Amino acid sequence: MASRGATTRGAFPGGLPHASAIGELEDWPKGLTGALLALKLRARRQQLLLRALRSRRELTPVIDRTAQIAPGDVLCFLCIRNEAHRLPHFLRHHRALGVKHFLVVDNASTDGSDRLLSDQSDVSLWQTGASYKASRFGMDWLTWLQMRHGHGHWCLTLDADELLVYPYCQTRPLQALTGWLEVQGRDSFGALTVDMYPEGPVSQGAPGPDDDPIRHLAYFDPGNYQVQVQPRMRNLWVQGGARARAFFADAPRRAPTLNKTPLVRWHWRHAYVNSMHSLLPPRLNQVYATDGGELTSGVLLHTKFLPGITDRSAEEKQRGEHFADAAQYAAYFDRLTADPVLHWAASTRYTGWRQMEALGLMSRGGWI
Amino acid sequence: MTPPNHRMGVVMLCHAALDRAAQLARHWAMHGCPVVIHVDAKTPQDQFDGLQTALHDLPDIRFSPRSPCEWGSFGIVQATLDACAVMLAEFPQVTHVFLASGSCLPIRPVGALQAQLANHPDTDFIESVTTADVGWTVGGLNEERFTLRFPFSWKRQRRLFDGYVTLQRALRFRRRMPEGLVPHLGSQWWCLTRPTLQAILSHPDRPGIDRYFRRVWIPDESYFQSLVRQVSSRIESRSLTLSKFDYQGRPHVFYDDHLHLLRQTDAFVARKIWPQADLLYRTFLTPDGDRALASEPSPGKINRLFAKAVERRVKGRPGLYMQSRFPIRARGGTQSAAPYGVFSGFSDLFRDFHPWLERALDARVHGHLFAFDRVEFAGGESIFKGGLSDSPTLRDYNPRSFLTNLIWNTRGETQCFQFGPTDEQDIAPFIASDPNATIFAITGAFAVPLWRSGRTAAEVRPAAARLQKVESDFLAELTGPEAKARVRFWSLTEFIENPAEPLEQLVDLLNPRAAHRATDLPQLLPLSGFGSFLQDLRNQGMAPVLMGDFPSDAELAQPEQPFARPRIVR
Repeated sequence: MASRGATTRGAFPGGLPHASAIGELEDWPKGLTGALLALKLRARRQQLLLRALRSRRELTPVIDRTAQIAPGDVLCFLCIRNEAHRLPHFLRHHRALGVKHFLVVDNASTDGSDRLLSDQSDVSLWQTGASYKASRFGMDWLTWLQMRHGHGHWCLTLDADELLVYPYCQTRPLQALTGWLEVQGRDSFGALTVDMYPEGPVSQGAPGPDDDPIRHLAYFDPGNYQVQVQPRMRNLWVQGGARARAFFADAPRRAPTLNKTPLVRWHWRHAYVNSMHSLLPPRLNQVYATDGGELTSGVLLHTKFLPGITDRSAEEKQRGEHFADAAQYAAYFDRLTADPVLHWAASTRYTGWRQMEALGLMSRGGWI
Repeated sequence: MTPPNHRMGVVMLCHAALDRAAQLARHWAMHGCPVVIHVDAKTPQDQFDGLQTALHDLPDIRFSPRSPCEWGSFGIVQATLDACAVMLAEFPQVTHVFLASGSCLPIRPVGALQAQLANHPDTDFIESVTTADVGWTVGGLNEERFTLRFPFSWKRQRRLFDGYVTLQRALRFRRRMPEGLVPHLGSQWWCLTRPTLQAILSHPDRPGIDRYFRRVWIPDESYFQSLVRQVSSRIESRSLTLSKFDYQGRPHVFYDDHLHLLRQTDAFVARKIWPQADLLYRTFLTPDGDRALASEPSPGKINRLFAKAVERRVKGRPGLYMQSRFPIRARGGTQSAAPYGVFSGFSDLFRDFHPWLERALDARVHGHLFAFDRVEFAGGESIFKGGLSDSPTLRDYNPRSFLTNLIWNTRGETQCFQFGPTDEQDIAPFIASDPNATIFAITGAFAVPLWRSGRTAAEVRPAAARLQKVESDFLAELTGPEAKARVRFWSLTEFIENPAEPLEQLVDLLNPRAAHRATDLPQLLPLSGFGSFLQDLRNQGMAPVLMGDFPSDAELAQPEQPFARPRIVR
């Protein structure tokens, strides 16, 4: 779902552990410290799994086609609310990449998203009217579905306003990527969320649900992303881009987290901790090389700024379901509602994955 | 067509994607090559049956007895030996045996390969290199492949594998090699002549040799490669199969978008081909009718491409910090993408330092990038390349990302900026430990603007003391144990004695190519009166030390216009 997870405070009520800036990250803690940390994280993971198990009662199956899932299929997990104008292209984009089945939780849509989804032959749909926030922003529901259906599959967990781009994605399906990752001994794949925006005010233009939203949202910020690592789970903490400079210039720490780990070879023991930004066990967060080299990574084109954004932001502010401390983000929603122009002198027009790689926003790593 | 006295047979080792294997076997057979197929014992029986059914109409296809083939074990060699025995016994007309896998795709016409063999009837094409000359082995196991024992599976029993290697090293254990055997390594994929293969199969000491190789690590890369040296009359040490490995020795896979690349190789067969690469299979497995080659082979280009991928994976792009590259402190975590210059004190002493520096260095010269109130980008811009904003809050949230982004975004253009004790200092440790930074500092110059502000010594004393403390801390950072930056500093006194020389030095250091460029020097501010200002500060109880022993006004032999005439730097 759009706009969420700006802080990790939800995951760590006691406050964030300190983050390592560039040049400050040390190796994994060894000895007793390391063992204690591992135990703590294990307990945290078990707690998350338990929450997911309990939350299964909140889900009502609308249509369950999971019997179609074959071994080796790449699955896509998704939690939505009123995304009818994004879903047709979202499904087409990821189907073309090789997603074989979509497992979707619909959080009380009123715009016909549910009908649209249940008409697709490769979608299984569950519905719930329960609180999005109380379900860790939908993660409890998805964790349950992943536990139940994702085990042994490569699972792509996305929001409806994200389009995955990875090296060679125009010529190689996801199965080629996952095969390469398996050969490399990697179980997870990192991506940077890149906010895409139009040339004028965000409310203008009228791309249809079947159009490629990137034709309208053609621009992005190419080189203003801030990178840190949170040493506790070794997960990245990347912020920046259009939203950070336009809405959080006075409070950059609160700017949305942009790194995600959307593609994971799932085991029922795995659990996302904070949206798709971090997972447990912590080795899955190691989507980056620490030896100076580059691993293979991708980007998620973020189509949040489609014309409906202004009304939607007003509604989201009122619902207060999107942030752990929603009051802090009131100004953010107000600025979104005020129909901002995000395009500025440094904006770059999107041309494809090779451009993203040349800019250093993603990498082929050693993949040829 | 190939002369009947030169006929090539193909031994295929298969374990998965048997539909592709069937396609390949059919292709070989249709081009007059008898095929013997070995299928891994672990492959499900129904798949094997399917393969047999798919090929039942072809008379020149045989199946050798199925045995298990685990990676890195002797099983692969055993399977090869068995299949070769079947080939030599069943097809007496075969003069060469080509070893291929179920994912080896012929990328040039089979006729061309047959012609190559007909032209070299006695040559064994097998890569065979002594262990001392091998550059590709990974994990430090090279000669030890032959001198240690490897009873454990590397894939399934890694701990036992590693532990046993360590133990043997500690005990200085060494195996004795069979008589006359000189270890050689090379690609698993070869093409041998019938006499050579016959000699290996009927080697007098074959049981002993097999027993030895059963405990060698990855014998499929050394068994034939070593034995061939004993029995062959003519070896051409190269493989006819294009096979690329990543830096950890795992094979690269070819996809549809490699079509153009594969057409440029000088190899006859390529592996591994991704089973779903429909376009490649369709293109190369069309009945070729001795299809013309699309382009001249240029294997150098392919090698460069793969070398570049290894470099990207192992070294990455220095100065880039992103979601798949974040070096730890010990591994170059404090490095930017390109050299840059940091100037401290210069703009306090010279009226037109920025334009001068821009001309002299042909670089982008920023003001105080880390000023408290605003990021002073060159030309007073509010947005800089890549989308960096002049908001100090955004910058100070993560100053290291700010600087590395700035340097990364402007690759190809040298960046310079002013930095002094009046600036936000959080970035100082990073600059000091960045080998790409060159720092020029005139220590104590911070006092000149204070003096010029017209305020009395008593008024500016607290500020002067604070700035001096900040600057000393910065200097300590620059000379500390973690410092890797190139640093030149002069006290204010040293500097004004002969300003031209330091300026020439910095031009030389940052832009060596500009050595012969004619340029004037910037205009030094008149400093008469500064000496008494320093004395006033002393009288107020502060100890201004960073300026050096600044001359009194009477001693200050500073000409009114120090560099009125244009001068040539160097």
